[in-house]
Amino acid sequence: MSSPPGEPRKIGYLYILPALVVYGLFLLYPLGRAVHLSLFEWDGISLGKFVGLSNYADVVADAGLRAAFGHALVLIVFYSVLPVVIGLALASVLQRARVRGLAFFRTVVFLPQVVAMVVVAVAWRQIYSPDGPLNDVLRAVGLDGLARGWLGDYAFALPAVGVIGTWFETGLVTVLLLAGMARIPRERYEAARLDGAGSVAEFFAVVLPAVRGEIAVAVTLTVIAALRTFDLVYVTTSGGPGTSTSVPSYEVYHRAFELGQVGSAAAIGVCLTVLIFVITLGVNRIADRA
Amino acid sequence: MRASGAERFGNYLLLIVFGCFALAPIVSIVVAALGPDDGGSGSSGLGNFGKAWEIGHFGTYLRMSLLVSVSVVVASVLLSILSGYAFGTMRFRGAGVLFYLFLLGIMMPTEAIVVPLYFDLRTLGLTDTYWAVALPQVAQSVAFGTFWMRAYFRSSSRALVEAARLDGAGHWRTLWQVLVPPARPALVTLIVLVFMWTWNEFLIPLVMVTSESLRTAPLGLAFFSGQYTSGFTLLAAGAVIVGLPVVLVYAFLQRHFIAGMLEGAVRE
Repeated sequence: MSSPPGEPRKIGYLYILPALVVYGLFLLYPLGRAVHLSLFEWDGISLGKFVGLSNYADVVADAGLRAAFGHALVLIVFYSVLPVVIGLALASVLQRARVRGLAFFRTVVFLPQVVAMVVVAVAWRQIYSPDGPLNDVLRAVGLDGLARGWLGDYAFALPAVGVIGTWFETGLVTVLLLAGMARIPRERYEAARLDGAGSVAEFFAVVLPAVRGEIAVAVTLTVIAALRTFDLVYVTTSGGPGTSTSVPSYEVYHRAFELGQVGSAAAIGVCLTVLIFVITLGVNRIADRA
Repeated sequence: MRASGAERFGNYLLLIVFGCFALAPIVSIVVAALGPDDGGSGSSGLGNFGKAWEIGHFGTYLRMSLLVSVSVVVASVLLSILSGYAFGTMRFRGAGVLFYLFLLGIMMPTEAIVVPLYFDLRTLGLTDTYWAVALPQVAQSVAFGTFWMRAYFRSSSRALVEAARLDGAGHWRTLWQVLVPPARPALVTLIVLVFMWTWNEFLIPLVMVTSESLRTAPLGLAFFSGQYTSGFTLLAAGAVIVGLPVVLVYAFLQRHFIAGMLEGAVRE
């Protein structure tokens, strides 16, 4: 960190104070309280009972929670891996030829990022409904056997939620990678051409190394989004059918406000925070070193 | 780079296919909202919005959303300007540690803090009030805003600050008369991002609010979609009403949204 301009000034503390007070009271203090609550078994009403780290042990031991974290892993494939693969292919193809309308395309594919998740959930619930557009298309091409209520199907509900994630993260990742590829100096492509590289070799020799940083940012953002998919799950499936789409962020709400397991909910929240922390630092560390 | 005609055609095809994939769900909901009501109210076209407005009480929800969004934007942008100014232009003991403390807030998921916040605010008798919805979101936005404004002041300020000091301006005047005016683009980005996050926030109002009069628009839509089962048309109209404000702002200021969300990824 380079030092900021200007001389040493005590007045700086005064400028920070108002922000720090709000931030401390409503973010830092609650985080400390979350750690505190996570050490208790408490239903939110009566007296809590100190149980040490057993709420954390449950994250590994409790089958329901293990499943929820497992579902989050599946969602990461849909939210993160697929969009990065699709985005890389799309951006590198678009980057090769100058096409008009790229700015407009950017605006369009980024749109899913700005629409409220509840609105997105309502739209997709209709798409997946038993008599919705998706099944209409399947029946039209003679695949009647495949038509079903996708979000009510034990086998398909989780992938169906995942596809929604793929839909709204792909635009973000593509725009990010397009920005990164636009910064690659032309000479590098020409050097690769002179070495006789085809388009695939060029991609691995020139494009991929140049957008390492962008890929790291894309992975960080999308993995965090996959871990924090509460609104989408709440509105589309409420964790069902059964518990087939329960995810950690939904479990936090469910346990704290519906089952009266406040300590367990707090522990899951703390685990999510630590996970997001480790992922953010880890991915950036890897990107810097490579 | 020269592209052959075939390659160019293939590219346009890709653009169109992916553009359609991104737009289809959004367009489908707008189309559904404008069709004849399948719930049997007899309305159609723009009339659906009036019907949805009436049945779903969207007037109340939009008012609350607007109140929360505007106040969170104003409060968090003001606080972020002050703290970003200190971190970006002044040297004082512990500045590094304090700044990392704010960075922590950018990464902290709402899921982690909403549980203790609810129970502590309940003890204070503050749940189911406007404050319980707005203040936690001010805190979240201040974390990002401090990071954002510090980066801006740090990159732009050295010559300006020194010139202002030579002119005898104090630190307060330097901030408001010298540094803030040219910061307009950075501020617009911060404002649109905070507005979007606050407008779209779901978990905090869901947990904090029980009275119908305090529901924000996304929350109202979720309840409407749970209760209203006689068709999809009016639900779609409600979804359009809730989604539209942010989409309109995005249509005019999309550069700011894209730049902010891409640069806002934590990089130090």
